[in-house]
Parts: sequence; C-alpha cells; structure tokens
Amino acid sequence: MRPLRKPAAILRELRIKKHSYILLAPYFLIFFMFTVLPVLMSLLLSFTSFNMLEFPRWVGWDNYVRLLVKDDVFLTAVKNTFLFAAITGPVSYFACFIFAWLINELPPKLRALITLLLYAPSISGNAFLIWQIMFHSDSYGYINAFLIRWGFIVEPIQWLQDTRYMLAIIMIVQLWLSLGTAFLAFIAGLQGIDRTLYEAGAVDGIKNRWQELWYITLPSMRPQLMFGAVIQITTSFAVAEVSVYLAGFPSTDYAAHTIVTHLMDYGTIRFEMGYASAIATVLFCIMLGTNLLTQRLLRKVGE
Amino acid sequence: MRLRLLKSKRLNRSIPVDVLLFLVIGSAASFMALPLVFIISNAFKPMDEIFVFPPRFFVRNPTLDNFYDLLHIFSDSWVPFSRYVFNTFFIAVAGTAGHVVLASAAAYPLAKHRFMGKQALFAMVVLSLMFSPHVTAIPNYMAMSWLGLVNTYGSLIIPAFGYSLGLYLMKQFMEQIPDALLEAARIDGASEYRTFWTIVMPMVKPAWLTLIIFSFQQLWTVNVNAHKFIYSEQLKTMDYAFSQILAGGIARTGPVAAVSLLMMIVPITVFIITQSNVIQTMSTSGMKD
Repeated sequence: MRPLRKPAAILRELRIKKHSYILLAPYFLIFFMFTVLPVLMSLLLSFTSFNMLEFPRWVGWDNYVRLLVKDDVFLTAVKNTFLFAAITGPVSYFACFIFAWLINELPPKLRALITLLLYAPSISGNAFLIWQIMFHSDSYGYINAFLIRWGFIVEPIQWLQDTRYMLAIIMIVQLWLSLGTAFLAFIAGLQGIDRTLYEAGAVDGIKNRWQELWYITLPSMRPQLMFGAVIQITTSFAVAEVSVYLAGFPSTDYAAHTIVTHLMDYGTIRFEMGYASAIATVLFCIMLGTNLLTQRLLRKVGE
Repeated sequence: MRLRLLKSKRLNRSIPVDVLLFLVIGSAASFMALPLVFIISNAFKPMDEIFVFPPRFFVRNPTLDNFYDLLHIFSDSWVPFSRYVFNTFFIAVAGTAGHVVLASAAAYPLAKHRFMGKQALFAMVVLSLMFSPHVTAIPNYMAMSWLGLVNTYGSLIIPAFGYSLGLYLMKQFMEQIPDALLEAARIDGASEYRTFWTIVMPMVKPAWLTLIIFSFQQLWTVNVNAHKFIYSEQLKTMDYAFSQILAGGIARTGPVAAVSLLMMIVPITVFIITQSNVIQTMSTSGMKD
C-alpha cells in the first residue's frame, strides 16, 4: 500500500471498489455498533474502577497489577484453564474432524441422522445436567451404585466435591459437549471438496486413504480447519458453565475455578466491572496467542 | 453417487474395517444421544417417577400429564401462550434470514475482492470471537438505549444480523471458489451483485445451510438478550416465559420436563431438513479451477 494518499485518490479508490463497500456496509454497520463498540468500551473500562453506580474512575494499570501480582485465586484459575484447554482443545478438535470424516461418505439421510445423534448434546441446552445424576455423590448416583455393586469401592465417592476428580469429570463432560460448531463446519467442508481432485490424485499415484487424507482432503479444507481451530480454542478456554453447574460456584478449594468463572465472580456478583474487564482482556490475549500459534501449525498441513 | 462407488472400489476398503467403523460410530452416537433419550423419556414421566430415587433413566408409565399441566399454567397467564411462541418464531426466522444474507454479502468481498482495509475488517471479526461476552453487557445496553431499541423486537433481531460467527464461516467457504469462475462471470457482463447471488451463493450452499442451523438454534433456545432488553410481557420470548415457570419451584418440575421437549422439537426439525440438504454442491455443479 502506498504510504501517502491524496483525498482524490481515496475517493477514486472508493468509486472503483464501490460494489465491495456496498456489500460490506450493512453487516459492518451492525457489527461495529453491537460488537466492536462494546468491546472497545470494555477495554477502556479495564483501566478504571467501575461499580456500575458511580462514574468510572481512571486507575491506570492498577487492575492488571492486582490481577497478576496480588490475586492468588486468579493464578489457580489460570492453571485450571490451561489444563482444561491443553486437554479438551486438541482432543475435541481431532474428534470433530475424525467423526466428520468417518460419516462423510454415508448417504445424505443416514448422515443427517447420525450427525444429529452426535450433535445432540450441543442442541439440547443444559442437558449436561444429567451428568450430575451420573456422578451424584451418594450411593444412588449411577456411577457410585455401579462401582459399589461390582465391589470396586465400599463407600460412595464424592465425585463433584473431591478436588482430585472434579477437573477430570468436567473435562469429560466438556468433551461430550464438544462435537458442535466445528464439527458441522467440517462436515460441510468435506462436502464441498471438488471430487475431481480425488480422481486426479489417483492418477498421480495416491495409494491409500491416509495419503488421500493428507495430500488432498486436508489441504482442500484448510479454511474450515482454521475456522474449527478458532472455535475449539475459544470454547476450551472459555469453559465455565459446566464447572458452575457441576462443581458449584465457587467449587471446593477453587479446584474447578476457571478464568471465566473468576470473571463472572467479579462481573456479576461483586460488580467490579473494571476488574472483570481486565480479566476479559487477559483471557483475550491468551486466546489470541494460542490461535496465532495454531494457525502457524495448520499452514504446514499437507506439505 | 456413481463417483462415490467408483472411489470406494478404488480404495479397496475391506469388510472388517467397515464393521469396525460402524461399531465406533454406533457406540459414539448412542453415547452422545443420551440427553435426547433422557429429555424425551422425562417429559412423559408422571410426577412420582420424576422424583423417584434412585432416578430412573427410562419412563415406566408414560403419561401426558405434564403437557396438560403446562397448558393449565398458561391458560391463566397475562398474554396468551401463542404470543410467546410467535415472538420466538418471528425473532428466530427474521434474525437467521438477515444474518445469513448480510453476513454472506459481506463475506464475498472479504474473500474475493481487493480493497483498502480488508485485512483489518476480517481480523476484527475473528478477534471479536475471543472476547468474553460477560463484560460487554453494559456497553451493549447503552448502545441499545441510545438507538431507542430497548424493549422492541429490533433489540433482539438487529444484533443477530451482525454476529461474528456467520461472517467468518461464510468467508472461509467462499475462499475455496476458483477465481477463474468469477472472472468468467464478469467477462459475461454479470454485475458483482448478480455474481454473488447466482454463482457464489449456490456454490457455498453447505455453508449457509450449516449457518442456518447455528443461527436458528442460538435465537430459538436461550435468548440472553431477551432477558436484558425486553420488559413488556407481550414481547417476551418462549424461553423467557419458560424460565418464569421454572421459577415456580419444585412443583413445576413436570411441566418443565415437557417444556424441554417442546423447545427441542423445532431446532431438531430445522437441523434434519438442512443437514440432509448438505450435499456435494461443488461436484454437481461440474466446475473446477
């Protein structure tokens, strides 16, 4: 891009690309109004002390200093969140792709049915609460009842109160919920691949399904793979709801506390919106870093 | 279909592998389908079975009591129940239609045109997905009231047009369309709008069919914005009305189970219709780079 543009040149550019801007305008007007503006305002709020009643008071970097240096609970939350993301992120991403790939060649009606069954946890609201019955902490909980009957344990285990099991259980439930947005995007992506590429590949000496997957399928759907990565990273770092409903809020010893539950604590209970905004900003930076790293890895696919 | 048969023959998949695949998919599907079974079975449970301990997964004596109770509760509500149904339906359909059209229109130039600020605009959309919505509630309300949209259908429909997910999804799919094809359309004298509508959109059909599912499901189920921006009873959405029943306490457990089932039926129908239409559009269009 040229560094200095005269107004006339800008006008000319606008006239030539008129069609582009007309197509962009309606969406981006709404996007700026209801997404960009609120995010920018909350970035600003992160440098203030704001209790939702008085006018925000400018405090500079205080919120961030307090968050990173003085807040022990936040460090626990960061540790838990990273543990979650490191396990559920990659596992769910691969699961989304593998299942999409496996059901890709089924006839449309059957594929729609199996897709529905796999997608069911994502479409059924807070149905993950049935896991509460499974992991109930007395001998009536399904898992305890089963283990006692088979003689593995003598007395019920407090699954959702014991700090040793909490995190693992939430991970299982989170994985169970994870065949969502990215999964459907992969299915659609696989359907969009040009079939003639496979014929050309066969001529070029592709021998088995694995080679076909690596040299044709994956590179052809790189845009969807990028999309899926962003979605899975964002959801695995933003885990909160499952933790709140299953392990309680706050959980025993903060063992299932995550960055977002910490944010909810300050944003919706203590009404320290400035501090909550600072937490959101830190989380944003973490997600951004992870995404940049992942995108770099994904560029290597199919080479 | 013919191509698929040819292909599977070429890659000589064996029967044991097929059986294994079937077992893997089958067991995963039944594990994932648990909540559907549970919600359906729960909706038909009589009161005593809902509260039985240890809890039972399947219903023993199915009954429609929960649905009658639900009708009874709503027969003396402030506005007729059908108004809540209409509100949710209207918001979900209008919001989804607007989102799919506007996000696709904006995704096309981002994927296929060259102009100033393109990278920046796209980066903003992707970045916005990473910002926690919990802290934007207050600025959002301020924007809404400044536009005079508080307590109108607009406060629920218009923001839905501008969600980030749809634009990102559509842009990723449009990137795969060969440039040569668009160039050919331009040479034939098609305007950009015509190219977009008659060439680009049909080619990314799997994408917008998928986007319809996401958008509809999001607007149909829990509409967080409705709880923030709506206070007139006649504008409230179905899930809002249902959460008011839920607030009726433990005695309302039966109707709530019925509600969960009713809320699920429509998104599932939309899901099945659109998913079975996600077919190989690129191969049937017969065009390639």
